[in-house]
Amino acid sequence: MNHPDEQRLIEYAGGDAAGMRDVEQHLSECAACRESVAALRRVLAAASAMEVPEPGAGFESRMWRRVAAEIEPRGIRIGWREWFTARRLMPAGAIAGLVLAAFLLGRYWPRPEMAPATATVTPQVRERILLVAVGDHLDRAQSILLEISNAEPTAGAAEKTVDISREQKRAEELLGANRLYRQTALRTGDATVANVLGELEPLLVELANSPSEVPASELEALRKRIEARGLLLKVRVVSSNVHERERKRSKGNNSL
Amino acid sequence: MTGMVDSDAAQVAQVLGGDRDAFRVLVERHSRRLFRLAYRMTGNEQDAEEIVQDAFVRAYRKLDRFESRANFGTWLYRICANCALDRMRKQRTEDAHREPAREEEDAGVGPLELAASNAPSPDRLVMSGELGAGVRAAMEQLSATERAAFVLRHVDGHSIEEIAKSLGLNIGATKNSVFRAVQKLRRQLEPLVSATR
Repeated sequence: MNHPDEQRLIEYAGGDAAGMRDVEQHLSECAACRESVAALRRVLAAASAMEVPEPGAGFESRMWRRVAAEIEPRGIRIGWREWFTARRLMPAGAIAGLVLAAFLLGRYWPRPEMAPATATVTPQVRERILLVAVGDHLDRAQSILLEISNAEPTAGAAEKTVDISREQKRAEELLGANRLYRQTALRTGDATVANVLGELEPLLVELANSPSEVPASELEALRKRIEARGLLLKVRVVSSNVHERERKRSKGNNSL
Repeated sequence: MTGMVDSDAAQVAQVLGGDRDAFRVLVERHSRRLFRLAYRMTGNEQDAEEIVQDAFVRAYRKLDRFESRANFGTWLYRICANCALDRMRKQRTEDAHREPAREEEDAGVGPLELAASNAPSPDRLVMSGELGAGVRAAMEQLSATERAAFVLRHVDGHSIEEIAKSLGLNIGATKNSVFRAVQKLRRQLEPLVSATR
């Protein structure tokens, strides 16, 4: 009689009986395996019934105090007290003075005849700025992909893990910009750039939300996904195209 | 439940609008659930509290990346699982450096043999009725990933797919982690649970 292997019995005992009719059939005939499943269930019941202490009254308020001490109001990085120190007030006073002086100069200085719209940014200049930004963004994404491809397991770790904290931090930094550039590329009809940014986004999300150390096997799976999609090559090609377009725009603007 | 999800979404919108104190409601609402997860993963109250704190701080800082259609509780739970995993791995790496005896794991002495030498004997545990202590000792022999996968699968009842997503593993690696965890627990606990029947 062929007994199911240990992994299948464990999965069955753990409640994953779907698609295991052969195991069910075998159990109806084999007392030894039935006892094995029953023993496994006892072990699972004991291990999963681990008691958890109640953290006590006032836990929620205590937790909020601890969390509140670590977070700042969104978009504000400096505490209000710091704004009122003499060190900060001096440059602030100087800036306020300059703004006032500029306002008064603008208000009372005789106005020369100005050529219309010289200060406005032309669509060509705007496009060039965008190309520079997207090119730089793709270069940074490319360097993350390269680092992931070359990351080594942490020496001396209890289990084989890879420290990806640097890549995680950089992915976090790139994620917002990636979304913005993709939306802009979609709006301007630049499908190639939009597509490659669209393919980058899930990877950046995954990296940004990963633990700072991941098992080597997990990283290997990520590398394979990057490789299977040819993501590194796509980013390289599109990045090079974007830089080329930016160079052409730059020449065009300079020759005007 | 849907009410709480809607209410979470409203609080998130307020926080994103600049009202930091709206985050307090979310902290107070989800703290205990996260504490239970963190405690089961680490087996230590103080660590669990710190993990919950880290998880909320991380969630606050990443809040603009939370998709409003998603369930905030699930998102937070995943962040907490990852914070716990990070801490467990860090602690184990530090322990490995601190305790030369641990290096024996790599030199061919398995974790189970080590556990057998360090943990109280099954007989003593049964005699003193300390099944809980036996479970804790057995859980401590699991790797960080195995313990996380076991807790999420067999304590919290999540599917393999959900766990894979939470821990950022593929399905095969997740199944293996759960399998290895149960295999180790079985070897440690089977004599104990049989004796208490």
